[in-house]
Amino acid sequence: MSNYSGSQASNPFYDPSLNKRHFKAKAFKSFSIAAIIFSISFLIFFLGDMVYKGLPAFQQSYIQIEVTYTEKTIAFTRKAIDRKYRKVVSRAWLRDIPKRVKANPELLGTTQMTWVLLNHQVDQYLKGHYYKVKAKDLKLIQAMQEQGKIELHFNKIFFTHGDSKIPENSGFKSAVVGSILTLLVTMVVAFPLGVMTAVYLEEFAEDNRWTQLVEVNINNLAAIPSILFGLLGLAVFIALFGMPRSSPLVGGLTLALMTLPIIIVSARAALRSVPDSIRQAGYGLGLTKVQVVQDHVLPLAFPGIMTGSIIGLSQAMGETAPLIIIGMIAFIPDAPSSIFESATVMPAQLFTWAGMPERAYVERTAAGIMLLISVLISLNTLAIYLRKRFEVKW
Amino acid sequence: MKPFALKNRHHGLKEQIIHFCLISAATVSILTTFGVLFSILFEAIEFFQMRSFWYFITGTEWSPGVDDSKFGAVPIFAGTFMITLIAMAVAVPIGLGSAIFLSEYASDFLRDKLKPLLEILAGIPTVVYGFFAAITVAPAIVNFFDSLGIHASFNSALASGIVMGIMIIPVISSLSDDVIRAVPDSQRKASLALGMTQGETISSIVLPSALPGIISAIILGLSKALGETMIVVMAAGLRPNLSWNPLEDMTTVTVRIVDALVGDNEFNSPDTLSAFALGLVLFVVTLILNIISISLIRKFKEKYKVNTL
Repeated sequence: MSNYSGSQASNPFYDPSLNKRHFKAKAFKSFSIAAIIFSISFLIFFLGDMVYKGLPAFQQSYIQIEVTYTEKTIAFTRKAIDRKYRKVVSRAWLRDIPKRVKANPELLGTTQMTWVLLNHQVDQYLKGHYYKVKAKDLKLIQAMQEQGKIELHFNKIFFTHGDSKIPENSGFKSAVVGSILTLLVTMVVAFPLGVMTAVYLEEFAEDNRWTQLVEVNINNLAAIPSILFGLLGLAVFIALFGMPRSSPLVGGLTLALMTLPIIIVSARAALRSVPDSIRQAGYGLGLTKVQVVQDHVLPLAFPGIMTGSIIGLSQAMGETAPLIIIGMIAFIPDAPSSIFESATVMPAQLFTWAGMPERAYVERTAAGIMLLISVLISLNTLAIYLRKRFEVKW
Repeated sequence: MKPFALKNRHHGLKEQIIHFCLISAATVSILTTFGVLFSILFEAIEFFQMRSFWYFITGTEWSPGVDDSKFGAVPIFAGTFMITLIAMAVAVPIGLGSAIFLSEYASDFLRDKLKPLLEILAGIPTVVYGFFAAITVAPAIVNFFDSLGIHASFNSALASGIVMGIMIIPVISSLSDDVIRAVPDSQRKASLALGMTQGETISSIVLPSALPGIISAIILGLSKALGETMIVVMAAGLRPNLSWNPLEDMTTVTVRIVDALVGDNEFNSPDTLSAFALGLVLFVVTLILNIISISLIRKFKEKYKVNTL
């Protein structure tokens, strides 16, 4: 039967519509490939766009000029530098001259060649973006550039300062501290509550109407739009309990209620994966139910619970909408030192910056996004690592 | 035997205390749901005592902050509907296509590499998507339509709709992928053995079997789109606009909630309380969608006896 496959006419199973059907199958496959390629290439384009926009913010332009430190220039900081530079250097840098002299009293009475921070318009010009600089100042900058007296330095301010109305002086620090305080409150509340609820539902609860109500309820809680939790925070925590507005306490509690269902669901899955033989062995040795759960089931389920909690934490870290409702978009120049002070968090700071008209805030927003996304990806990688490292096949 | 007896003496009480603590913890989740519901409901009732409920759901003029302020939410619902429609038009084909590729065509190796990438997409904070929509997508859309000679707004519904759709892709693809994989392999094998192509097997055997789960995933994505806030706050407009043109600026329920509550309005003024009335609508709609989604996925689970979803 050597000619069996070649001859279509002699093949009784040959279907004339076969080519068409194969073509359709191919088209279907191509469509699904196109879909996944779109998703992945969007991700790459998007991350690339953020890096392209944000990378310049990690460098800031400085100019090397003479700065005179006398009693008079401390009182009138504008006078510390030559008149012609006044329009190009940063107001914030000049404003901090007294602080610098206080920290280093030897400076008084001297004139120093110093790297001075340039203002954001000049900085944007030097980075090749849209700028507003007068022609006279532009000439000065170009001349100084040829002498090598203008350099881009690593932008330390971004990591050591809080928000500022002067773009070149604004940084991410107070938002980072605010996020840490808020998430601390979130985890202190949500982790024990979530794990206890999961333990109750998996190990203790009987299958009655009450338990079913709790279960349905947790599923619904997970799908309530986040902005509505902000309404809850506003109406209950702030208006009813009188907690301080804009504080990490209120923000943390609001986020805790949102994180709760994520922790409960993952903790239940982890508890369920512990085989019953462990429990029965415990009972067989005369342990009580609490002892079995506390000493045997929980430790075995712990890696799984941690994985779920880290994922919940990373979701809470990126959440913005409810925090805007409870006022965590205030202007915060200094990092908060307690959970009762006004604070902002990383995503809320990004939202504030994104709404600013100055071009310099765009690169700062993108730089902040780079930081935030790196932290989130690291957290998720840690969660995946924990899951793989401690996963037990029973 | 004595030490054991001593040790066990207080166990009755201790166990009871622990049991009580656990029940209390479980109650918190219930309290939260009712807390959300009642905190919104009471303020919304207060709003409807000041303003007509009928005008709220049928009126076409929304003008807070002025002396004869009007609260007709139809243009706001229309804007929400338009942006959600655009988002679903992007998310459903791409999310479903990705899920089909991952579950039916991809090798295990490729799947292990691609799935975490989609999870990254799911983990991106919405404020970041909003920034991307406002800074990159919206100007691109304006430029593109300008070159065609059509005017587009910088706050167009199209820009926020597209980006919102991309945000929802992983929601749809992840759940659909799980559902499609849960369809028993025997169905595929039977179909292939009868001479159907792989494409025909997927489109006329696997997908219909997985349909309840896929619809559940789409409804979940829909409810996410309705409740999404940051993308529309940053990229969509503030102006209530009753229009069919996606290139115009439009506003959504969530945008108006944020706008009413951010600012120095008095808490008990109708301007502020209108946010809670809108919030109530959002709560009820997403709750209904959610209940439908959960019951569909439960039916699917019972039919194929899977516990992993």
